[in-house]
Amino acid sequence: MSGKIKSEDVFGLARHFRFQWEEAQGGYVLLFPEGMVKLNGSAGEVLKRMDGKRTVADIVTDCQAAFPGVPDLEADVFAMLTLAQEKSWITKAA
Amino acid sequence: MSSNPIPKPFWLLAEVTYRCPLHCAFCYNPTDYVKHTQNELSTEQWIKVLRDARKMGALQLGISGGEPLLRDDIEEIVAEAGRLGYYTNLITSGVGLTEKRIAEFKRGGLDHIQLSMHDITKEINNFITDTNTFELKKKVAAMIKEYDYPMVLNVVIHRYNIEHIGEILDMAEQIGADYVELANTQYYGWSLLNRAQLMTTQAQLEKAEAITNKFRERVGNKMKVFFVVPDYYAGRPKKCMNGWGEVFMIVTANGDVLPCHSARSLPGLEFPNVSNGAELEWIWNESPAFNKYRGDDWMKEPCRTCPDKEKDLGGCRCQTYLLTGDAEQADPVCSKSPQHDLILKAIEDAKNSQLASQPQPLVFRNDKNSQRIINGEAPELLEGLHSLP
Repeated sequence: MSGKIKSEDVFGLARHFRFQWEEAQGGYVLLFPEGMVKLNGSAGEVLKRMDGKRTVADIVTDCQAAFPGVPDLEADVFAMLTLAQEKSWITKAA
Repeated sequence: MSSNPIPKPFWLLAEVTYRCPLHCAFCYNPTDYVKHTQNELSTEQWIKVLRDARKMGALQLGISGGEPLLRDDIEEIVAEAGRLGYYTNLITSGVGLTEKRIAEFKRGGLDHIQLSMHDITKEINNFITDTNTFELKKKVAAMIKEYDYPMVLNVVIHRYNIEHIGEILDMAEQIGADYVELANTQYYGWSLLNRAQLMTTQAQLEKAEAITNKFRERVGNKMKVFFVVPDYYAGRPKKCMNGWGEVFMIVTANGDVLPCHSARSLPGLEFPNVSNGAELEWIWNESPAFNKYRGDDWMKEPCRTCPDKEKDLGGCRCQTYLLTGDAEQADPVCSKSPQHDLILKAIEDAKNSQLASQPQPLVFRNDKNSQRIINGEAPELLEGLHSLP
């Protein structure tokens, strides 16, 4: 796939994917043809901040501001984005 | 029922009409569908179904049929689904999809379109569907692309096209499909009637799967290809509908609410109907029909003590009933089923029938044949099958 994620990378949701809050599921979901993924809390928080403009570093900073005191947030964000990229949920903005 | 809490419906399938311009011999619709072509739910009734199901947690919506585009209110239904936040899929043959309609669907928030394709040859497409739709389908595919929809192709696989699977995949690539589902025919409704003529052999299936795997390696992530192995050759049953009353809720053209497409073929079950004032929430949570096979309390041996019982829940109740006459047995496709010989015989018959020089003609899904079946005018069609509805 597209290699290791860097701080300056910018990601957006893959084409034709939809991301939304689902009250009945009590969480964020990712929808696409032939499937759906129910995201856990931290995955939802990362994807929520991903808008095709912000860099990975921006997202990390924003998460740190929203969840002060949570250790290793940066590593969590990178791990989440790596997984999302492997699954083709997100693509790197040009 | 076990003590687990009742799950929420997740998938709503709206089979908005049984009318269809195609007459596919492998259709899973009920053979007596013609009873329900004049009493379809109104637009208002569909909108209420959508709202009620969404309140219960339904998120994925399939609009199917028959051919849904034979109704002229699909635009309204799509727009309401969009407002409610469904992820909406139109499942169509392409017949009736015009530029004007697709533009309206786009405005209404339709998320994707699943188009059925049948073969790379005009001859097979037109033969198996009993229509002249080959060129039209190619035009519709281009229009789906033009309107920036993800292109999802569904190809039902059977004896008449399995040898073309490589070419079918090449065609899908050429027209820019994003997802391709190669759905080997499963045997319900019309396809069960035509089973001896449609069934592929084990050798054909293995070859087709090998070709598919090679194609996947070549195209990588560009196109997702699903190869759905038919139950008869799977050795173990499928967890049908992901469990009875677990995830899926189907509302049929006339308003019956079902836990699976074929549930009305089961004896002794009464399915609630929304046009009689039954509320979806009661139907899903409380109705005897939706609780009948929820969980595993209903199971007999060998399922009851089987280590795989959670994995497959004993397979498909409808298939089991249609083939054995008792819905609570193990699905005969399971090699542990005492009635597995029924499947082995069907497989053997398929091989022999492929060798026969004059196979029995296909029974196409159309109003006339449906009426003949209802009238009992075609008993020869039922011969060899246990208990068709």
